[in-house]
Amino acid sequence: MQKIYKSAAEALDGLLHDGMFIAAGGFGLCGIPELLLQSIKEAGTRDLTFASNNAGVDDFGIGILLQTRQVRKMISSYVGENAEFMRQYLAGELELEFNPQGTLAERMRAGGAGIPGFYTATGVGTVIAEGKEIKNFNGKDYIMETGLFADLSIVKAWKADDTGNLVFRKTARNFNPPAAMCGKVCVAEVEEIVPCGSLDPDMIHLPGIYVHRLIQGDHEKRIEQRTIRAA
Amino acid sequence: MPWDRNQMAARAARELEDGMYVNLGIGIPTLVANYVGDKDITLQSENGMLGMGPFPLEGAEDPDLINAGKQTITELNRTAYFDSAMSFGMIRGGKIAAAVLGAMEVAENGDLANWMIPGKLVKGMGGAMDLVAGVGRVIVVMDHQNKQGKSKVLKQCTLPLTGKGVVDLIITSLGVLKVADGGLKIIELADGVSEEDMRAATEATIV
Repeated sequence: MQKIYKSAAEALDGLLHDGMFIAAGGFGLCGIPELLLQSIKEAGTRDLTFASNNAGVDDFGIGILLQTRQVRKMISSYVGENAEFMRQYLAGELELEFNPQGTLAERMRAGGAGIPGFYTATGVGTVIAEGKEIKNFNGKDYIMETGLFADLSIVKAWKADDTGNLVFRKTARNFNPPAAMCGKVCVAEVEEIVPCGSLDPDMIHLPGIYVHRLIQGDHEKRIEQRTIRAA
Repeated sequence: MPWDRNQMAARAARELEDGMYVNLGIGIPTLVANYVGDKDITLQSENGMLGMGPFPLEGAEDPDLINAGKQTITELNRTAYFDSAMSFGMIRGGKIAAAVLGAMEVAENGDLANWMIPGKLVKGMGGAMDLVAGVGRVIVVMDHQNKQGKSKVLKQCTLPLTGKGVVDLIITSLGVLKVADGGLKIIELADGVSEEDMRAATEATIV
């Protein structure tokens, strides 16, 4: 079982097709699979649907696929910070499905855990509830949300071992584990691949069973809002 | 004199109790962290962190360490990291004692609107709908009136809701209002603000 590939293009070979549904990890520009996104741009795959909390900025993250008009639909909780996204959305060129952030995370987790639907109080009495089944449990209303089942998951981790066991770093973990879980195939990009036995089994954040292909590469890791305090 | 942003934040901090896990929204709520004093408060950042520290010193910024507003921050010796599904699990599951959030409108029945103005650019609700549906107590901090001088404390919200009947306490530039049966109850008035001033500036029913 060889999971390690030399490049993002090789790791994605045979996995991409027009009209596919991709789940991507990351929060803002933190912990995004920047190398795999760049490779999807170069592959030219079109009519993509992305489940991703955000849509990147104009020239980084999913934003680079908006510039090339490769994205048909976004399932996201927050899409500010991206002028090209807004332009395409207002022009009717891009479909957008807003999900509350926790609902999006749980839809990914549920899909990966084989749960096709679940009930949540999030969004009851708001536009999010429109058209959805409402069920009362113990006197309180909940809306039904569905699990997400993606064709492909793309995620970014800090370290992996040869078998795809992943370790994330600080808040760069965010949506990566649930995004990884909900795809038929998951490709992970990491900063360092280490030999089996060098990661503490008790400190694995995502077991390699969820990771099918793996690349190591250099990451720009751009900061979106550099904020400091006075010394 | 109505309260300014810092005074509102200081008043909100008085609502927080020792040992609480708390989520602070963007804007005035972020300032609440400056006024918790000696209280042992653990801040949650919904992108996957408990025990959020202050902004870093110059040169110590880490691209892997940001808050829900995407700003660089620091960790503490008690910090724990987790993924987004677990983060919202603890929010939805009622483990977070309180959220302090900004608002565009609040109604006397506790309805909250803070994510969307029809006809204007919509950026998304982020984690706001999950927070108000899940946390123990929702405290809103906002100016009492909008830029046109109209009350933001209403009988009914006019904007699309973030949550229905979710707000517990409203801290505005004029004072503190509690959501109660039949309307809002005045808990406190800002220095120099009379009950008449509060009533005149508030569209919602005051009981």
